Amino acid sequence: MNQENQWRYGFFLGCVAPNRYPMIESSIRAVFDHLGAELLELEGAACCPAPGVFRAFHIPSWLIIAARNISIAEELGVSPLTGCNGCYGTLRDAWFEMEHEPHLKKMVNEHLAKIGRKYKGNLEPKHVVQALYLDMGIEYLRDHVKHKFKDLKVAVHYGCHILKPSDKRPWDGEYENPTFLDEIVELTGAKSINYQDKFMCCGAGGAVRTAVKEVSADFTREKLANIREAGADIIIDVCPFCHLQLDLGQMEANGVYKNMIGEPFKTPVIYLTQLLGLSFGIDPNKLGLIKNHNLAGVPPFISIDPFMEIVKEQLI
Amino acid sequence: MSDNVEKYIKRNVNKGINSRIAQKFVDAGLEVMRSCINCGTCTGGCPSGRRTAYRTRSAIRRALTGDESVLSDIDIWLCSTCYYCYERCPRNIPVTDMIIKLRNIAVEEGYILDPHFSLANDIFYVTGHGVPANGEANKKWQDLRESYGLPPLPPTVHTHPEAVKEVQELLKSVGFTELMENAAKLKGERAKKEEKKEEVK
Repeated sequence: MNQENQWRYGFFLGCVAPNRYPMIESSIRAVFDHLGAELLELEGAACCPAPGVFRAFHIPSWLIIAARNISIAEELGVSPLTGCNGCYGTLRDAWFEMEHEPHLKKMVNEHLAKIGRKYKGNLEPKHVVQALYLDMGIEYLRDHVKHKFKDLKVAVHYGCHILKPSDKRPWDGEYENPTFLDEIVELTGAKSINYQDKFMCCGAGGAVRTAVKEVSADFTREKLANIREAGADIIIDVCPFCHLQLDLGQMEANGVYKNMIGEPFKTPVIYLTQLLGLSFGIDPNKLGLIKNHNLAGVPPFISIDPFMEIVKEQLI
Repeated sequence: MSDNVEKYIKRNVNKGINSRIAQKFVDAGLEVMRSCINCGTCTGGCPSGRRTAYRTRSAIRRALTGDESVLSDIDIWLCSTCYYCYERCPRNIPVTDMIIKLRNIAVEEGYILDPHFSLANDIFYVTGHGVPANGEANKKWQDLRESYGLPPLPPTVHTHPEAVKEVQELLKSVGFTELMENAAKLKGERAKKEEKKEEVK
């Protein structure tokens, strides 16, 4: 099997990346194409459905819609691939549960039969970072690095569901102190700095953002204060919903907790494949880093200009 | 001594396990909750509990001992599902999954917050996305996609109307629509009762 056949995935978009942060979708497509991996479209895929809300309302509904999404990739004979921790949580947990509990698989297929679909199983849902780190490997990525940052301090934010529940994840049970994401980030010459409570949740998930936005913003406030304290130039994340919370939520925290934080936060938030793509020498236009519109009220809400200045100084 | 154990400790534990909510956990295959010793490791690692009144240990305890106010309390909706409690529980209880199940029971009894209900009923059921970009009201998101070299709508349910129908059919088939209708009804009845109480006052 040649490499291109080996790295074929069904690109599961989810909601937040395609519908609110399309720069993330663009950058994943550009980087995977550059690495010789093929992303097939999952035509007609729905919301994963989001694990903190829809699973919390009705577990069987969550499982069945997730199974339908996975079955679209099965028809193409590929693993679903997602760049979102929430979608990853849903697709992977649903897959894991159905692989281990035959009665769930049976129940799901009774419903899917009504729309002429079938869930077979076996095809493991993967995260973009999992494909990069475990399928392709750090050495393969290193071979593609063209430009290196000379001085860029990065606060890496893993998010929760890429790591946990650890018994359903591919990281050998490691969730307290993983390093895979830091290793990928540091390929670019950037330094992944340590900061207090690095693995803390962004605050968006679990239906909390929809329930009480101020509580979400308070998680974010604490996170951002720790990141600023450590002297980070940028935040790197691997989840569009964390991304939304760290970007839009950063603005909200600046408003709601104005009196607590002193100077407003202004740390640019960059998705992993945007950073990696720059280092590979991919056109920043393809990585969603250049604004080509006059729309108001769209992301990024926290300016990424300071980061682009660093890019100009150090990479070009 | 052993008499005291029988009288004061074991009796309460039994009472807990036999509560109506506890029975629902057992029915859902989560009888593992019987091994909770209420140690508080879950609460100790909880990022939500650091800033809100949500206490994981207390929510689980209230559920097991049949304190049904836990279902109507907003606290159970403040868990961000970060899974630290799940990972760190020394009794191997999937604590986060218990909270999710507890929320399922709450919704069944009509305890669902308005923004959650609207997200489920008016957005997810109608569009197939939790965060949609279709329709005239979302024009700017379509323009934003185009500005980054993407088609205005993604190849998801948004460009496949028959896929939206599939999702809706599945949601009907599995009882989601019925669940939401029932939740709305119970919520409405409760609101009316509250109104009457106010009038009497």
